[in-house]
Amino acid sequence: MSTTQAVKGLDETPVAQRSHRSTGFLREWLTTADHKKIGLMYITYALVFLVIAGFEAILMRIQLWVPNNHFVSPQVFNRLFTMHGTTMVFFVGMPILFGWGNYLVPLMIGARDMAFPRLNAFSFWISAFAGVLLYFSYIGGSGLYAAGSAPDVGWFAYAPLTARVFSPGHSTDYWTLALLLSGVGSIGTALNIVTTILCMRCPGMKLSRMPLLAWLYLVMNGLVFVTVSPLTAAQIMLTLDRYLGSHFFDTQAGGSAVLWMHFFWIFGHPEVYVLVLPAFAFVNEIVPVFSRKAIFGYPAMVAASVGIGFISLSVWAHHMFTVGLGPAGNTFFVFATMVISVPTGIKIFNWLATIWGGRVIFATPMIFCVGFLFQFLVAGLTGIMLAAAPFDWQLGNSYFVVAHFHYVLVGAILFALFAAFYYWYPKITGRMMSETLGKWHFILFLVGFHLTFDFMHIPGLLGMPRRIYTYEAGRGWEGWNIIVGIGAFFQAAGTLVFVYNMLRSYKTGKAAGPDPWDAWTLEWSTTSPPPEYNFAVTPTVHSRRPLWDLKHPEDLDSDYE
Amino acid sequence: MSFFPKQQDLKHGNGARGVGQTPAALICLGMICAGAARAQSPTNIFDPAATPARSIFVLSMLVLAVTLGIFLVVGGLLAYALVRFRHRPQDEAREPAQIYGSNQIELSWTVIPILIVVMLFLSTTRVILGTEAIAKPAGALDVIVIGHQFWWEYRYPKYGIVTANELHVPVSDANHATYLTMSSADVAHSFWVPRLAGKMDLIPNRINTMWIDPEQAGLYLGQCAQYCGTQHAKMLLRVYAQSPADFDAWAAQQKLPARNDFFAGSAAAEGEKVFMQNACINCHAIAGTVATGRFGPDLTHLASRDTIAAGAIENTPENLRKWIDDPNSMKPGSLMPSMHLSGKELDNITAYLTQLQ
Amino acid sequence: MMSDATSIPMGNAAAPEAPWTQPYRGTVGMACLILAESAIFIIFIVAYIFYIGKSLNGPTPAQVLETPYFGTVCLLSSSITVHFAVAALRRARTSSCTMWLAGTVLLGAIFLGTTAQEWYRLIVKEGLTIQTNLFGTTYYSLVGLHASHVIVGLIMLSLTLAFSIFGRVNEHHAEKLEVLSLYWHFVDAVWVVVFTVVYVVGK
Repeated sequence: MSTTQAVKGLDETPVAQRSHRSTGFLREWLTTADHKKIGLMYITYALVFLVIAGFEAILMRIQLWVPNNHFVSPQVFNRLFTMHGTTMVFFVGMPILFGWGNYLVPLMIGARDMAFPRLNAFSFWISAFAGVLLYFSYIGGSGLYAAGSAPDVGWFAYAPLTARVFSPGHSTDYWTLALLLSGVGSIGTALNIVTTILCMRCPGMKLSRMPLLAWLYLVMNGLVFVTVSPLTAAQIMLTLDRYLGSHFFDTQAGGSAVLWMHFFWIFGHPEVYVLVLPAFAFVNEIVPVFSRKAIFGYPAMVAASVGIGFISLSVWAHHMFTVGLGPAGNTFFVFATMVISVPTGIKIFNWLATIWGGRVIFATPMIFCVGFLFQFLVAGLTGIMLAAAPFDWQLGNSYFVVAHFHYVLVGAILFALFAAFYYWYPKITGRMMSETLGKWHFILFLVGFHLTFDFMHIPGLLGMPRRIYTYEAGRGWEGWNIIVGIGAFFQAAGTLVFVYNMLRSYKTGKAAGPDPWDAWTLEWSTTSPPPEYNFAVTPTVHSRRPLWDLKHPEDLDSDYE
Repeated sequence: MSFFPKQQDLKHGNGARGVGQTPAALICLGMICAGAARAQSPTNIFDPAATPARSIFVLSMLVLAVTLGIFLVVGGLLAYALVRFRHRPQDEAREPAQIYGSNQIELSWTVIPILIVVMLFLSTTRVILGTEAIAKPAGALDVIVIGHQFWWEYRYPKYGIVTANELHVPVSDANHATYLTMSSADVAHSFWVPRLAGKMDLIPNRINTMWIDPEQAGLYLGQCAQYCGTQHAKMLLRVYAQSPADFDAWAAQQKLPARNDFFAGSAAAEGEKVFMQNACINCHAIAGTVATGRFGPDLTHLASRDTIAAGAIENTPENLRKWIDDPNSMKPGSLMPSMHLSGKELDNITAYLTQLQ
Repeated sequence: MMSDATSIPMGNAAAPEAPWTQPYRGTVGMACLILAESAIFIIFIVAYIFYIGKSLNGPTPAQVLETPYFGTVCLLSSSITVHFAVAALRRARTSSCTMWLAGTVLLGAIFLGTTAQEWYRLIVKEGLTIQTNLFGTTYYSLVGLHASHVIVGLIMLSLTLAFSIFGRVNEHHAEKLEVLSLYWHFVDAVWVVVFTVVYVVGK
């Protein structure tokens, strides 16, 4: 299948014109097994849920605008925060990152498609169904009038609140089943991506020559196997408890509520690394290109990423410092959690060293990466505060924690995702997005993000716990909650500008050509958008930056390997 | 509360002992944080009023100082690099020198963070041991705390007292603290009074312990910090630290059985009958009567409390009447059902309960 | 910013590199699946071990469990037979392969039969169900999880056996059959762990 021809310049083969219209638009997308289309479906799906879950957040912020507000009832509020968290993690975060991985990984390693295209399609459709099932819970059961049967147990669904006796009806079951199905999809996609990376790289692309994005997706998906499975197991146990009368988490029969916590967080902590590693991947690709320098310390970056993956499996009980594990247990998890800051710091320093001595171009992708760098630094530092267990005895389960994890999820991951959109949109569509609108998007979103999540730390420090549908006056929380709420609207505005930019640029954006950013990895050697087969001739590579070698024959990367 | 901490406060308790030499700068930082909010917030974690909260405070100042330092250095370098190495129009011609890495640099920024981590880890461990690993002092007051949906049960075994929602403790020091033994009757809860200590979870089928030693008399506020269901937000905490004399007086009063010396035919007497003849007795207990239910709060001395519904509602006759009439109208999701009493019955039962000092 | 279509100058990298080989997709995919399934089993095993001795009532393992030696021997032997099936197929000995596959399916089915017998005895005679106590909960869920994986494996093996009987399986399918045999070996390895935890340690 592959010839041993070197990358023969940029692939200018025109995209094959569809000679027959026997397949309608809908049928083509419903039955496709092409990784690019599946990737785009994942991304679009996630963006829709981003808007829905964002709306849920805005409703919560309005309820929390003033103390003892009556905008929504406690029952509705409890459903809102449960659905907001569950949606954002499982139906925004996971799909959007799987989508980008689906689109980019084969292109960046010179492959024709994923290892198992039909499994790829199946994984998408089962995940998509799971999201619909979760949202059906709003209208299933008692129906909208009674605020439906949407789950209201919090996204981590602690036992025994989820037992039949405390959560009658089916709301918890919607949560469990939707996540079980999405977990199947996640494991399927992870299997695909790992197999693709290990088995389908183009000739010459040793693992040590892969783009860092491929490395990070390899670690992320390897992590998925041992991350999602514990949750799957715990949910099977929960369902057995609820329907067959077993006693896994039944404290009346001697069962342990803490066991659920262990199982959940053995999933939950590595899960956040599953979400953040692809963000690192995007930054690893974008910052070098816009600093006009190779990434500093490629081997160290690989080692740090793999190290983060492994260490992340050992820190879970820092979510349980207040459960009473005892000094030995607490001390161990303090240590493990603090240790993970070392490889994480190494990554930040390497990004800094990449920029240092470069020639920084502040195009929109890079601007979002700059936001990422500062915000991820702050998020990591508030993480260190939380890692100090006694400090966590005050900060845990408060709005400080909510501010911390949103700093990572929004300030780091979402900003990196925005950077990825602006960077790869030209490759996907063949058109450039508007830089002006991009900058407006950035400003609006930056202001909103900081208004909301900087100031959200303060109520936490002043004693405000999370997951409360209202709060008491006189505790000093009022003004801060208003500022937090204002920021939410700025973020919504920024997101609308972004969506508008994407839609408008599709029609009227400047033609991008194959390589608008003067970049160095294989996806820029094919047309924009790529043909279905990706590469007319399977490339052969001799260094980490095949297109750099092409453009700079006097200064080959392969000389320095 | 004095604005500046006394020197002895820094040596107060095991956790703070080791870092008593913390430079004044850290304390100033803490004062800036705490001072601004002190007037406005009775739940400020930077305004400690007991040893556990204080040793956490000192540790937190250290952690904040270190992280602030890291932020300034790394953030500063980042900002500098972005400005210094930005693209200028005259640079169009050449790409900058491609530097692929440096082992020495990688080593240095691996070793330095490891050293910082070790330092933070040791400081943290010291506070963990100082709070969790110390033996219970002999003179400690034992209180058993049981979490319910959505209220707090307090038992004083040595005194034979059972009460609810308002925890009275004597002002104390580290040798005469109040020692809380905690569990839950239903789902997971968490006891969090920020000015006194970090939070500790109440988990069914599990016993957790913590201790507090409020230094000054006063009311300390907090609330449940582990989502426990519909009314998690209104499971509030009120800790009354009292002088030893006041505490003894309170305890003596609480030990007594309920008042039952009402004039026959009075509203209170009628109200007592309403109570004892309705399902109230299945959930509530009033010492000295046939009411021995344990599902809901003990009402023996209900009128001695400032609030009802776990701190959510002020304890006035009007509120009490409204509550008994329909709890869910005031605290939707409360597990107490409406008793469907007539207006007269409500008046009487309210008259009765307001007499239970 | 766009370069013209010239080929890459080879420079120092002119020397031909080693022949380019990568692992077989099926094997890597199956390894990933086994990793994920192992994680699920580990959670159930942790729950089992955690709850040893913690039941508040009801029969204890020592009182009611009988060690399933025969079933275990059958299941572990089926790993040997499936190994020979793969070896036979590699050497294009298709009828030999069919025979070994049949043996594998038979032994696996016997194992399931002994499990079913055991469960019948426990439920009907000893009154132990998943609801009875923590032992019942963890025992049935762990052994049941394993049995469900045996069933899936037997379905796949039976399908392959059927194809083989109809002469549709040849030496080009050897790699695929090996992937299936990896799954079967995994199921047997899990049984070794479950057996040890339930019938040796837990009793």
